[in-house]
Amino acid sequence: MIPDRIAFCASDTNLSRRSFLGTSAAIGGGLMLSLTLPLGRSEAASSDSFAPNAFIRIGSDSQVVLTMPYVEMGQGTYTSIPMLIAEELDVSLKQVWLEHAPPNEKLYANPLLGVQATGNSNAMRGAWKPLREAGATARIMLVAAATKRWGVDAKSCRTEDGEVIHVPTGRRLKYGEVVADAANMPVPGNVTLKSPGDFKLIGTRAKRLDAPEKVNGTALYGIDARPAGVKIATLAQSPVFGGRVKSVDDTAAKAVKGVRQIVRLDDAVAVVADHMGAAKKGLAALKIEWDDGQHAKLATEEIARKLEQATLGSGAVAQNIGDADKAMASAATKVEASYQVPFLAHATMEPMNCTVHFRKDECEIWIGNQAMASATTKVEASYQVPFLAHATMEPMNCTVHFRKDECEIWIGNQAVARVQAMAAKEAGLSPDKVIIRNHLIGGGFGRRLEADGAVRAVQIAKHVDGPVKVVWTREEDIQHDMYRPYWFDRISAGLDKQGKPVAWKNRFAGSSVIARWLPPAFKDGLDPDSTEGAIDLVYDLPNFHVEYVRAEPPGIPTAFWRSVGPSHNVFVTESFIDELAAAAKQDAVAYRRALLGKSPRAKAVLDLAAEKAGWGQPLPKGTGRGVSLQFAFGSWLALVAEVEVSKAGTVRVRRVVCAIDCGTVINPDTVQAQIQSGIIFGATAALYGEITLKDGRVEQTNFDTYQMLRMNETPTIEVHVVESTEPPGGMGETGTSAIVPAIANAVFAAAGRRLRKMPVDASLLKRA
Amino acid sequence: MPRSWDSSHSKRSFHIVRKVIMSFAIKVNDNTHSVDVDGDTPLLWVLRDVLGMTGTKFGCGIAQCGACTVHIDGIATRSCVTSIESLGKSQITTIEAIGNTPAGAKIQKAWLDHEVVQCGYCQSGQIMSASALLASNPHPSNADIDDAMSGNICRCGTYVRIREAINLAAQTNEKRG
Repeated sequence: MIPDRIAFCASDTNLSRRSFLGTSAAIGGGLMLSLTLPLGRSEAASSDSFAPNAFIRIGSDSQVVLTMPYVEMGQGTYTSIPMLIAEELDVSLKQVWLEHAPPNEKLYANPLLGVQATGNSNAMRGAWKPLREAGATARIMLVAAATKRWGVDAKSCRTEDGEVIHVPTGRRLKYGEVVADAANMPVPGNVTLKSPGDFKLIGTRAKRLDAPEKVNGTALYGIDARPAGVKIATLAQSPVFGGRVKSVDDTAAKAVKGVRQIVRLDDAVAVVADHMGAAKKGLAALKIEWDDGQHAKLATEEIARKLEQATLGSGAVAQNIGDADKAMASAATKVEASYQVPFLAHATMEPMNCTVHFRKDECEIWIGNQAMASATTKVEASYQVPFLAHATMEPMNCTVHFRKDECEIWIGNQAVARVQAMAAKEAGLSPDKVIIRNHLIGGGFGRRLEADGAVRAVQIAKHVDGPVKVVWTREEDIQHDMYRPYWFDRISAGLDKQGKPVAWKNRFAGSSVIARWLPPAFKDGLDPDSTEGAIDLVYDLPNFHVEYVRAEPPGIPTAFWRSVGPSHNVFVTESFIDELAAAAKQDAVAYRRALLGKSPRAKAVLDLAAEKAGWGQPLPKGTGRGVSLQFAFGSWLALVAEVEVSKAGTVRVRRVVCAIDCGTVINPDTVQAQIQSGIIFGATAALYGEITLKDGRVEQTNFDTYQMLRMNETPTIEVHVVESTEPPGGMGETGTSAIVPAIANAVFAAAGRRLRKMPVDASLLKRA
Repeated sequence: MPRSWDSSHSKRSFHIVRKVIMSFAIKVNDNTHSVDVDGDTPLLWVLRDVLGMTGTKFGCGIAQCGACTVHIDGIATRSCVTSIESLGKSQITTIEAIGNTPAGAKIQKAWLDHEVVQCGYCQSGQIMSASALLASNPHPSNADIDDAMSGNICRCGTYVRIREAINLAAQTNEKRG
């Protein structure tokens, strides 16, 4: 039997009726301090319950209910966050039940994001202090209630396993026995948290609370919602973004057995049926004519060209240290390059000479010679990363029951408050009339920080009598995603006689997801996401200048994608530092290491990864090692990837060794799992990931054309964790961004070819 | 068109005949269900939407990802491309009942012991593929695991642990003679 411990379906979210009751208000005979939360399946904890804050409710049966402001999408947050509460409350993890938090930005906003969302690897960073404080506060009030009853001093009591114990007499009271009194105790102002030496749970390999339901098929994701009478719909949206439906012939579709209704919208058509089989068959039978609109001829190349041009102008200064221009001016003569192709140049003051390898689609230029040590050198390059789809295993879906005066939504989403607000707007209702039932998430990766799916489902549901579950086909999911932006980077550095970088300049152009998603965070042409990984580098770079040019691509929506800003920036910076090491004719690890004077934690992970990977030890021909070093999401990570490049130019990642310093480790097993996960996700992008547009349409359709890394391609992955008592860093995305340059650098080591455009292009690596 | 000659009377009788033809009896986890859908309807949707057995997942619809894997007479099969009319008297086993088979129970236990799951969405299919492998091959090699499991995509990248868990489950099988 699977313990029914996780109340996966969020409960009534109509908080306006009964939230913020003030002190001593009573519901069902229980006493609550600040807030009573709606009841989910864990009603056991609701009668005579004690709710000292928005996160915790303790019932008279001693059951602790944690209202989870963060969602579970695989990253283990449904285990690691309860560990924080259980630690400070001195209860076992088994005693903690979970409820999805309802949409309520005031109560459940992530302190680091300012909105109620799970993303940017910051659930643990956001929860680390407030959730432990929530637990500690409740514990102090429970102890106060027990000591008052016993007439003893709090100092003579301790807590253990959900009980208050009077040490001198051995008397015990279960938390459940004192919840009613605890609610009347004063709320302590400042609470002292446990010191790391006293942790009993934090740092242990606690088992995932969500695992049992996920191995026997009972876990419920949004796509599994089945409200009574639900119909299933699937849809075709304008293949060109911004296009419109011109005409629909639904005669054949309506004749399909099980098809109930065709819903025509301005830019989409949905088939509503008894089951998805009929809906898909009906969709295939529809004859739709589209008006493609203004993006009918759009191609990726045009977008790339525009971004490239944008890097020729000036951007908003993201970070400036010293005077990069002046330092660069003392470096070698600048060599202008065609911007159409990836470009690398090394130039020396004297003697001037030049080696050119002109190939069909690109041109590689080497300028300089062995006398480099006596001259300064300038290295320039441009880098590009493609649009990427999320391809969550659970295709986009949303179930909506649109009623006259309210709207009920079943979904798995990373940002329920956003879903509520946007669905309410579409439905023409106030947000409190939109009930959100959040579910487990079958892959988020940023896709489910968006509410476009819910809005679309509401548009369809408005035409349907009764609940309707709208399920995207995989083709619709890939072709109507909101994509990781395409980026174009122009980067250069000047090296001194020893090969050390004395100047670093980087200007990149691409979409600001933040400017759309969280407008207040986009200030003076900058946002913290687009620039993460491009600024605040771990290296000592005395003259450093980074500019960002916001350039929104036409005809394709962009969104966050696992590892967001660093997914692009770390590829560029860690590839480029590798180029500098090569230009200086120095070992890639030693070169980085010499620049880490200000970053002892970075140095420690680099040393550890290099040692464990056997850096420097010989490898067979056609194979190579590449390193990357990253500070992102509050964690330090060094990776060494070992790749094999075949004669045909295909790349296989054989082994990845990583060392991570993520501060205090909450659950070491989760840390390892997230690193493994991030590496596979990033390696998939590096080897295969690319969304392209032709005639305004996304060319990729399904997993046959948008390929995923599979079991037979999976490298061995070794994870080494540096012990630390610093506050925890983020884990969910760090591996994804770090693996991409490690692979590219390993390819350079194996095949002598620098990859400045992702994904790997086998034709460039082909050997005769 | 073959039906253009239908009179209203014959249409009615055609409708009745059609209904009889289009009702299929399928045996899922030892229970027989009668389902009234078109014969080309993929088993996946019958399981999920008609029978309400949501443990079997939709991932791609073209047998590329393995999320919909079930056993048909013990063979791991992609239900998204298996029509209901092709099933005949086959025995269908889904994730909801795989724990009743010795191999399935071992795999599920290994999955828990080894903490394989992350988002978990693909894991029904992974477990079905792994159970079929272990039932037919008690001591799979790494190459056998690659062959059996490479049709199942996991976006969370649990592959490393899936391999280890299958090896763990195989260890509980008696050694080969």
